[in-house]
Amino acid sequence: MIAPVTHILPLAHIRRARMLPGKGRILARVGQEVNAAYVVAEADLPGSHVLVDVRRILGLRRAEQAHRLIERKVGEKVEKGDILAQTGGILPKVIRAPVNSTIVSIQRGQILLEKAGVHYELKAGLNGVVSEVLSERGVVVETHGALIQGVWGNGQINGGLLQFAVTQPDEEIHRANLDMSLRGSIVVGGFINKADALDAAEELPLRGLVLGSISAGLIAAAQKCTIPIMVTEGFGQIPMNRAAFRLLKTHERRETSINTLWNPEFGERPEIVVSLPSQGQTPMDVVEFTVGQTVRILSAPYSGEIGTLVAIRPGRVTLPGGLRVQVAEIRLENNQQISLPLANLDVLE
Amino acid sequence: MTTSLVDAESVLAIEIGSIHTRALLFDVVDGQYRFIGAGLAPTTIQAPFFDISEGIHLAISNLQEITSRVLLEESRLILPGKADGSGVDQVVLTYTAGQPLRVVIMGLLEDVSLESARRLAASAHTLITEAIGLNDRRPPEVQIDALLRAKPDLIILTGGTDQGASRSIAKNVDLLTFALQIIPREKRPEIIYAGNNALITPVKDVLSAYTQVHIAPNLRPEIDAENLSPAQEVLADAEFHIRSRQIGGLQSYRSILAVEPLPAPYAFARMIRFLSRINNPGKGVIGVDLGAGNLIIASAFQGNSEVSVFPMGTGAGMAEALRLIPISEINRWLPIHIPDRVVEDYLWHKTLHPTLLPVTTETIAIEQAAIRQVLWNGLNQHRNRYPNLPLLAEPILAAGMPLTQWSPQTSLMMLVDGLQPFGITTFIQDAHGLTAALGIISANNTILPVQVIESNAYVNLGTVIVPLSNARYGTSILKVKVEYEAGNQISLEVRQGSVTALPIQTGQTAKVHLQPLRPITIDPIGRDTTRSFKVIGGVCGVIVDARGRPLSLPADAARRRDMLKKWAAGFGA
Repeated sequence: MIAPVTHILPLAHIRRARMLPGKGRILARVGQEVNAAYVVAEADLPGSHVLVDVRRILGLRRAEQAHRLIERKVGEKVEKGDILAQTGGILPKVIRAPVNSTIVSIQRGQILLEKAGVHYELKAGLNGVVSEVLSERGVVVETHGALIQGVWGNGQINGGLLQFAVTQPDEEIHRANLDMSLRGSIVVGGFINKADALDAAEELPLRGLVLGSISAGLIAAAQKCTIPIMVTEGFGQIPMNRAAFRLLKTHERRETSINTLWNPEFGERPEIVVSLPSQGQTPMDVVEFTVGQTVRILSAPYSGEIGTLVAIRPGRVTLPGGLRVQVAEIRLENNQQISLPLANLDVLE
Repeated sequence: MTTSLVDAESVLAIEIGSIHTRALLFDVVDGQYRFIGAGLAPTTIQAPFFDISEGIHLAISNLQEITSRVLLEESRLILPGKADGSGVDQVVLTYTAGQPLRVVIMGLLEDVSLESARRLAASAHTLITEAIGLNDRRPPEVQIDALLRAKPDLIILTGGTDQGASRSIAKNVDLLTFALQIIPREKRPEIIYAGNNALITPVKDVLSAYTQVHIAPNLRPEIDAENLSPAQEVLADAEFHIRSRQIGGLQSYRSILAVEPLPAPYAFARMIRFLSRINNPGKGVIGVDLGAGNLIIASAFQGNSEVSVFPMGTGAGMAEALRLIPISEINRWLPIHIPDRVVEDYLWHKTLHPTLLPVTTETIAIEQAAIRQVLWNGLNQHRNRYPNLPLLAEPILAAGMPLTQWSPQTSLMMLVDGLQPFGITTFIQDAHGLTAALGIISANNTILPVQVIESNAYVNLGTVIVPLSNARYGTSILKVKVEYEAGNQISLEVRQGSVTALPIQTGQTAKVHLQPLRPITIDPIGRDTTRSFKVIGGVCGVIVDARGRPLSLPADAARRRDMLKKWAAGFGA
């Protein structure tokens, strides 16, 4: 059976394509070293539109009459006050551009103008080297290092020193945990249950938060935060899995990148990358459940615990409530052996 | 593509769900079509595969293991079947996987053409991201911006009765052409035109210069007449066209399929409509299919059907459910105390891990509570959308893992609580997810679905009798006499507010006599003459649900939890 995979790897070869939402300008070159927040490409996104109805303004009966009076072509840039159309004669009626814009369409005696839009900057997303430039669209950034994937993120990118606000993976982060010594860092903690802690993270500010979980009631607040927030387990008060916590701990006070863009449809997951000088292997994205694998438990009552898959029971087993499912035997880190539906596990690779 | 399924013997139906891909095998056994087995595998539409082929291959491999029938040769499907019994003769495919189609509706009057367009969009796996109508006071450029922001995959353009309004439609077409010129060609939405039929040619001429235009008969040929069915077929076709670009591998399967692939809600509704033709003509048929991402509710009466697809489910669809349903509405179904925050955390957690199965008392209770409220919310939305929906249904068919994976008693309890049927209704469970498959097969082969339904592929959960009474809670309202075929009989009294199981075994036929002790109504629409009738016991026997409608849960939390436990015991859950 195909298993969902989460990468928690001490050393891996990481290759990420970073793409603009449309065509734009590439600012990085192949071979260039970049950090997570470095802008590798930019684009001017389309702005809002203004419709100038030449036919109606000039009181013309037919659109063709208007077209004869329009002095501009599609694609031309115009500045506020530039003449768009005018009648002839001694006292001509003049239609001027109401805003700085580009003409994107002329039809039925009407001109559609597009104002300048938002300037979009595409960040590298991780500390690494640009290995490929995808013309007008984006770049590929590569690095070797530790990789820790999350399950949810708030869509921000940054980099900084990795620090810990807690000593155990099940400890909550309160405002009091976030002192000035953590300012400008990417901070690891068990979970956040109060908005106050998020406020404190923004106020300091931190460069990022890596949590086991966050209360579902704080999803909206976390989405509004400008600092990247990555969650490794899910929603609630779930401790961070020990594999992730231990790996992060080995990189305490190291320069780290955090990318919390999250789009399950395209397989985009939030991640922490700590670049290292050694060479890693490309991680396996597809594995099957196999005895001996390290698995993580995704559901209560063992949420966030990791263990070893010791057996997959043949056939289906009836659980309380009548569910008939495929069941796995897992030996937890404390040597306790438990049975759980295979569906409640993912493989740590 | 081959022509007919009638001559085929074995049919392999592939269903691409948002979580699972199923391979369902039907074949002729002793001269009758039978469901042979189902193979299951994860759907591989998303990373790292981005192609449904791997999931299909694994599901067929699984089916091969389960049935011991050789279906693959060097990893390729054996098609057509061989004389040695390997392979299959026909393949069909339905799908629900993928993000909802983003739809913009454009019409004239809000409660006429726009409403019809809304209903049409809601009959498929869609998300309406913008609506533009005659009463929209926004300037044209703001409407253009709104249309661009909506990022539609599809635009449904309607309005005007046949030979009616044309200028306002032309204005919408102008608006649309401006927007289409700005959108890069590869991102342009397709268009369904389903308005004034006098404008079909000019509308098509103008818009097809920019994008694919599908023509459907007018949704409102007359102001007070709605005609959705033909447009639903066009929508299914347009959806496949769009999905072929979005879902990796979908297009490549087309060449081996017996008929065009169909969206599962469309095929599911077709089967419910089919059932309404062969069932009790005085009652409707309701089908519910709950998945991780969607809830499909289809209803049909005498061959006419309506279908709604809600982006609510027990996985990713829980996010939409939680936006629509206050947490207190879910919590009222909990038989034990669980803080609101814990319920909310668990349900949001499921949006991240949609395959999770509840294994603790708390998570089981939360999941079952959420399912009941999602059903109730969906059915009410469906009833609001189609107010003429018959109150009585026979049967109610339930499909989808969240509804069928539990014990039959628990499934029946959730269905009765969530759908709150009236009168006398049989609940049928489609544990293998056959209904959409039979729906697509029924287009060309009406024998196979009938014979499969008559076999034991579907589970009769039980018949539910709902006597309505104004009596006080606890009052005896009804005496029920059960007369078995062997001649023995038993009697028992039903109290107001109770759930009582009649001791009728699975498959056992008995005659049930209802003797009111207080004024009661069985048929709320008036033809209330049924007092003695024959029933066949389902897996849960026969249930008398005397809790009233709508089901009113006690406000006091402790009393409500006690009541829920008693009711669950009544169902045997």
